[in-house]
Amino acid sequence: MYPAKFDFHAPNSIEEVLSLLSEYGDDAKVLAGGHSLLPMMKMRFATPQHLIDLNRIDRLRGISQDGDTIVIGAMTTEKQIIASDVLAMHCPLLPEAAKQIADPQVRNRGTIGGDICHGDPANDQPAVTMAADATYVLQGPKGERSVHSSEFFLGSFYTAMEADEIMTSIRVPAAAGSSGSAYVKLKRKTGDWATAAAAVQLTLDGDRCSSVRIALTNVGATAIRVAAAEDALSGQVVDEALIDAAAQHAMDACDPTEDLRGDVEYKTKMAGEMTRRAIRQSLARARGQ
Amino acid sequence: MGKKLISMTVNGQTHEVAVEPRQLLIHTLREELGLTGSHIGCETSHCGACTVDFNGESVKSCTLLAVQADGADILTVEGLANDGVLHPVQEGFTEKHGLQCGFCTPGMMIRAYRLLQENPNPSEEEIRTGISGNLCRCTGYQNIVRAVQYAAEKLSAE
Repeated sequence: MYPAKFDFHAPNSIEEVLSLLSEYGDDAKVLAGGHSLLPMMKMRFATPQHLIDLNRIDRLRGISQDGDTIVIGAMTTEKQIIASDVLAMHCPLLPEAAKQIADPQVRNRGTIGGDICHGDPANDQPAVTMAADATYVLQGPKGERSVHSSEFFLGSFYTAMEADEIMTSIRVPAAAGSSGSAYVKLKRKTGDWATAAAAVQLTLDGDRCSSVRIALTNVGATAIRVAAAEDALSGQVVDEALIDAAAQHAMDACDPTEDLRGDVEYKTKMAGEMTRRAIRQSLARARGQ
Repeated sequence: MGKKLISMTVNGQTHEVAVEPRQLLIHTLREELGLTGSHIGCETSHCGACTVDFNGESVKSCTLLAVQADGADILTVEGLANDGVLHPVQEGFTEKHGLQCGFCTPGMMIRAYRLLQENPNPSEEEIRTGISGNLCRCTGYQNIVRAVQYAAEKLSAE
């Protein structure tokens, strides 16, 4: 299976990428890990005339700390996220989720930025970075701008990123105090997308939940942040009744499509159950259990 | 959209090849270099039959363009044996009957080779997770796990 013909560009700098994007506009696509784009090109769902490979730009890779913020280069691979000591210490939600993405070979190539920018509601990093309160840094001909993860996803395969922009980094606040997180994903087999998954990150102040973020994967047109579930838990001593209430809010927010992974009712129930489990696990971790 | 000249090292030998940008690495290996050990299975990066070692990492060569391999160091199943002596991974698959039809075997072995570099003494669970990107439709994986365990023991004794 060959993709349709295209011209290949392998620039060494972000400036070169932006100038190529300005020149070719909608005829161009940028290539990150390629594990979504190349299969789509082989099946001719995508037929860019110009392919711009980002793999030779070292500045787009790596994980560093900027004060209380963790900065992850958009071209950092899922494997590098799993191996990162900085993330293990300050944002364990991301490595926990990355381990559940695809398989070892795909994680060697697949990048966090590619996972996000593809805009596929089945991808994991959109919901995970939403729960982690991430901000995405985009660069285009007019300069740099930041878009919060909660405002980035506009529809299936449709994001706030313009055609002449690329994502350069993902900025995540370091988890502080008594915090806990979990990504709980139901999938039929390794390599499959989620039937439903929930990402939760919360902080405790004594027994009370002082802040919480909850987001769902693959149960709607985009990753879904469930503000009503967050409101149900915020400021409360979280017990099983409140967890049930939050799960009900998550189910109310779902709008899944029936496919081989299940019908609408099943997927909705599973989103509720994944939410329950992710909250329970986050609480236990925040308490140091 | 003309061809591009790329240079890559495959199994220790440097090759210069002219490739169309849309040519996938698996096709270059099989059709230009005649290295047909790596197989084409699903073509959608699920099955792992096309797995090769690429700059020290396992990758699925059906989801990588040959032009991206310019300057790369690649190991395929043909490069595992040394002077006619089977690599411990190959010996393990022979001794433990780690295959039936053999279609997944080259990808399975080249993945097992890298897994044992990354983790020389994997538990059974780590082996199963480590080869989770390689599908086998015959064996039920039991003997593949035993083959990798055999190779791990043999390699650590060396």
